[in-house]
Parts: sequence; C-alpha cells; structure tokens
Amino acid sequence: MRGDLKVWCSRPMTTQQALPIGAHAPDFSLPSTPDQKVALSDFRGQPLVLAFYPADWSPVCGDEMVLFQEVFPEIRRYNAELLGISVDGVWSHLAFAKDRKLTYPLLADFEPKGEVSRAYGAYREAEGTSARALFVIDRGGVVDWSYLSPVGVNPGADGVLRALESLSQRAKVMA
Amino acid sequence: MTTGWTHYEGASGVLTEPVDETRDHIMGPSDAAVTLVEYGDYQCPFCVQAHPVVAALLKADGPPIRYVFRHFPLTTVHPLAEPAAEAAEAAAAQDRFWPMHDVLFSNSPALEGEDLRRYARALGLDERKFVRDLVERVHAPRVRADFLTGVRSGVSGTPTFFIDGVRHDGAFDYPVLRAAVEAAARSSAGRR
Repeated sequence: MRGDLKVWCSRPMTTQQALPIGAHAPDFSLPSTPDQKVALSDFRGQPLVLAFYPADWSPVCGDEMVLFQEVFPEIRRYNAELLGISVDGVWSHLAFAKDRKLTYPLLADFEPKGEVSRAYGAYREAEGTSARALFVIDRGGVVDWSYLSPVGVNPGADGVLRALESLSQRAKVMA
Repeated sequence: MTTGWTHYEGASGVLTEPVDETRDHIMGPSDAAVTLVEYGDYQCPFCVQAHPVVAALLKADGPPIRYVFRHFPLTTVHPLAEPAAEAAEAAAAQDRFWPMHDVLFSNSPALEGEDLRRYARALGLDERKFVRDLVERVHAPRVRADFLTGVRSGVSGTPTFFIDGVRHDGAFDYPVLRAAVEAAARSSAGRR
C-alpha cells in the first residue's frame, strides 16, 4: 500500500500562514463525543500534543493515528496528553476510533468548519480539511514545537518525542 | 519569536540506534559492504511481501550484506503481530531466531497462539519454555525497545528499511532494493 501511496503523496503542499512558534496557542473547545467537549484550557500545567490530520479513514491518516496510539504510553511518560483533530464529525470520529482502537480523544473541528485548524494555520482551504500538522504546546499554553507534513506522508512520532524530551529537560533545569 | 514552521531536521530518516552485535538479530558478515536494517511486523502483508525479496538479496551474487531485523508491531491494527514478535524472541532465547522468523513470515497471518506453538514444535524448541516465555510476556520489553528505536528513527509504517543507516524511501521490490544496496556498496567502497 505504501508503494501505491507514493503517487498520491507527491501532491504539492499548499503554502499557508502558520501559527508561529512561541505564540500562545489559541484556546478551543471542541466536541470529542456527542455530549462531551474538550478545551485547550483543560490541559494547562501539562504538555499537550495536537495532531491535526486531514480525514478519518484515509489510509495514511489511519497509519499516523495508529502510530500515535502505539506511542501514546511514551507521550504519557512525559505527563503529556494527545489530541487528534480533523474536520470530521463526532460520529465519524467515534466509529474511526473504535475501528482503529484509538484511546486518545479525536476532536471534531466541524462547526464552524475548520475554525480551530485555521487558528493554528493548519487548514487546507482548497481541500476543506485540516492539514497534517503536529504541535507540542508547553505547560503555559505556548507553542513550543510544530511540524507541517506533506499531506500524504505519515510524519512519524520522532519529532514529537524529541520535543517532549526537550521540554522535560528544560523544566528540570528551571526547577 | 520564530515565524513559520519548524521543520524537524536532524535525525529524521536516519537510524538513531546503531546496529549492536550483542543485541540485534544479524545475518551476514560483520564486515559486509552494506548493512540493511528492516523494521517489520509479522502480520503486515507488505512485510510478508518483502520477506522473499530480502532472502533473495542475501543469496544474490552481489555485494555482501549484513541484514538486521527489528520489531515494529502495530498492535492496534495487527493484534497478532505482538505475540508473533515475542515468539520470535522466545525462539531467539533458544538460538533459533532466524528459523522462527522465516516460519512466521511464511505462514502469516496464521499467528494464533496454537499456530505459534505448532511452529515451536516443528523447530524442535523446548515447548514448555517457549510457552512460558509467551504467557509471562518475558520478551515484551525487548519487542517494545525495538519498536521505540524505530519510532526515534522516524519509522512510521512497515516495512521500513535503512541502508547503511539511511532510510530507504523507495519501493521494496527486488530491482529497487538491489539497486539501492549496490549504490550503497559503491559509496562505501569509495569511502574506504
């Protein structure tokens, strides 16, 4: 399947205005289930990983979200939390999470569509989907690290782990 | 304040955990012209496809290859990959890693507990020890450690190959892998 995806992966990236490193991460409150919402402010005091992705069910996204599930215990070791965000609705998220056995929340940036993704500079206007972008947000709600991946390429989790490790080392130095 | 995206630079696409002769499963001479490291999953159909390709490369009349296999089970989508990886390690504990490795890929996806036991019997392993290792999850930390070295090296799916420590992003059919290995051998000969 990876071979077949190469063609699709080679689509050019849209240039977009990204949320700068060092900026305060814009707050949000998005549904994770039909009756629950998750807000950025819920995670003050701990590092947070945001994984924006274009769509539930598309094969590369599946791989990326599955990989993050496998790496989730490592993320938790840094006392960090992980949220997936796309413009899909909660029912799609629930079915997708069940099918792929994902235990971290998937947030629906569904209405107004893509508003949070736009605020993070992680929205693809032409496609009407979130970009494939990763953010590590520090305890104080500041963007510490981010990465924009070509849309068809699974970015892997090495950058996120490295960023969390660096945050945790800096926290120790400060303590 | 930095503007724009931090594009992660540095380790991505490079094997961060060098081959360790005392720990890794290695086939081929230590002074081989080329080192080929694979991160794989016994329940992954693409790894199953790649298995005979690697076998053919090792047998081919080309540059000598040192081949290393590390586990990268994506357990949420491949629930049998983890026990299979632990079964390979349980066989390794009885000095039979490579025969079990071949049996697992050749019979995938028949990787249920009963299958693993049958393979252990066929390979003449001490079956009680093998089963105990699996039940007690003795080799789970080793499998996880392999997985994490892969994550740190930017492995995001399987199979992922590193040729002399550099991720091979092309296809993994025989002509492509063979050409990549030969190119690496030429470049390493140039450095010597």
